[in-house]
Amino acid sequence: MTKSLRLRGAVLSLAILAVFLLTWQIATTPAKTTAPSGADREYAELMGNSATGAALANGVPTPAQFASLAWKQLSDPFYDRGPNDKGIGVQLAYSLGRVALGYAIAALIAIPLGFFIGMSPLLYAALDPYIQLLKPISPLAWMPIALYTIKDSATSAIFVIFICSVWPMLINTAFGVAGVRKDWLNVARTLEVGPLRKAFLVILPAAAPTIITGMRISMGIAWLVIVAAEMLIGGTGIGYFVWNQWNNLSLGNVIFAVLMIGVIGMLLDSLFANLQKKVTYAE
Amino acid sequence: MPNEVLRRSAPFLKIEGLSKRYRDDLPPVFENINFRIDRGEFVCIIGHSGCGKSTILNVVAGLEEATSGVAVIDNKEITGPGLDRGVVFQNHSLLPWLTVEQNIAFAVRSRHPDWSRQKVAEHGARFLEMVGLKGASRKKPSELSGGMKQRVGIARAFAIEPQMLLMDEPFGALDALTRGVIQDELLKICAATRQTVFMITHDVDEAILLADKIMLMSNGPHARLAEIVVNTLPRERNRETIHHDPQFYRIRNHLVDFLVRRSKLIQAAGPATGEEAPVIATPGVESGAGGDAGPRAGRVKIVARGAGSPC
Ligand SMILES: Nc1ncnc2c1ncn2[C@@H]1O[C@H](COP(=O)(O)OP(=O)(O)O)[C@@H](O)[C@H]1O
Ligand SMILES: [Mg+2]
Repeated sequence: MTKSLRLRGAVLSLAILAVFLLTWQIATTPAKTTAPSGADREYAELMGNSATGAALANGVPTPAQFASLAWKQLSDPFYDRGPNDKGIGVQLAYSLGRVALGYAIAALIAIPLGFFIGMSPLLYAALDPYIQLLKPISPLAWMPIALYTIKDSATSAIFVIFICSVWPMLINTAFGVAGVRKDWLNVARTLEVGPLRKAFLVILPAAAPTIITGMRISMGIAWLVIVAAEMLIGGTGIGYFVWNQWNNLSLGNVIFAVLMIGVIGMLLDSLFANLQKKVTYAE
Repeated sequence: MPNEVLRRSAPFLKIEGLSKRYRDDLPPVFENINFRIDRGEFVCIIGHSGCGKSTILNVVAGLEEATSGVAVIDNKEITGPGLDRGVVFQNHSLLPWLTVEQNIAFAVRSRHPDWSRQKVAEHGARFLEMVGLKGASRKKPSELSGGMKQRVGIARAFAIEPQMLLMDEPFGALDALTRGVIQDELLKICAATRQTVFMITHDVDEAILLADKIMLMSNGPHARLAEIVVNTLPRERNRETIHHDPQFYRIRNHLVDFLVRRSKLIQAAGPATGEEAPVIATPGVESGAGGDAGPRAGRVKIVARGAGSPC
């Protein structure tokens, strides 16, 4: 039953894709007068991406044009021809690097701190107002402050990633740690388990599903925010790439980059979903 | 026999003047609780829900603090939990992310931090075998039935080889059939190891089958330890034959009568003055005859007052 449901779901998914592609095709089929001659097309291909972009400058590419553009991008993702012409892989790597760095710093701070907050009602009461105040601030609102104090745009982007991913991890860790069943702590107490063993062998595994959920939310937000942050700071990264291609009026590249952002976001999320599955326990 | 047990000096566990108030604006749950448990004794406590049985057990376990009074184990006052007392929790409290053998190894390693991995595993396996769960060692608790989980909890408590085993309604959530099987196992293990046990139950039959002494608490608040019933059946009891002994019903009637009638009367009689000691009862045995009279000798004798010093 589940199997047939999954099969029917897949068939329906493909049907939706087909309808989408068809609509796309119909909407973008050029009127005869604007169709490029064979010579023009060859010329465009000779000139590479930017020429393709120029050819498409007047609008959304057809599915076939988009496919060839995507193929071209994906077959050589890591080329680097100066500041404004880097492969999609290079741009994504810049973005992923920033996210990884900001996120890792956030995790290194949020998870231990969340642990202490979760274990100490006093610390919780003391820090809760600050967390509640800082949490709803849009990460991009920090950008001017970061740029002013840090004075380096690349580091500022990393700071913005840090500040947006710190809260869900902090709150979920504290929540998970505070919510560890008293029975399990009592088991540890009656066995005279020391504080470190208790933290790593009882509290951490007990709170792990909640902590990983927080990490998953944080990663989702970080990946959303990096695109916006890179549009502001410029230079490198997928966000900058989108902005740059928009300025070039290369809508095909914009669409392709948007698709890549979605794919990477999906992969990151499924990474955490797998991790979550690993640490989840049935009671 | 029972009186000898009661008279022996230097008890293993000594509870004196224990009372507990959870909130200042509420009456104490129980007050002036006094009792002793000797090494090798199996003691059950019965009382209506809310009279504070779990609280008393938790005080002995060191998980809860009494409002007044002392609990002394092996001549040391209890100030916190310890490995000398093994606790079997009502809801088994296994760590769900660990397998059965890992749960037991966690306890064993806490008891013997210097042991090798292999020694810990071997020791744990021995206790898993004891409760008949060798085949389930790689399973997670969620893959076990309620009875199996409770057996793992028992194996875990036994595996640290505590001086005293504390059990809070360990079989309360089990069906009658499973409960019987585990009771038999427990009886066998305790007979073999001479384990000292303090156990809460709400099952009168279970108490008569397992316990040497059955402590009866009156209703709370202001609950008191009203009676200590000596199990006058021979120690070699077994679930299949115990019902054929007329003495079984004398004890049973005595306990049931307490639960349905006397536990309320004692509460209605007012708070404890601090003077009264629990009555020692030997149902079905002539007063003063102690254990010398055969268990089947007497007719139903409800209460034998003041036999020897109160426990
Ligand atoms: N942590 C607590 N805070 C306040 N009241 C409690 C707490 N634990 C138990 N009580 C109260 O103390 C009384 C005795 O509880 P308990 O020891 O669990 O009784 P029993 O195990 O005999 O059913 C009950 O009335 C219960 O409501
Ligand atoms: Mg209870």
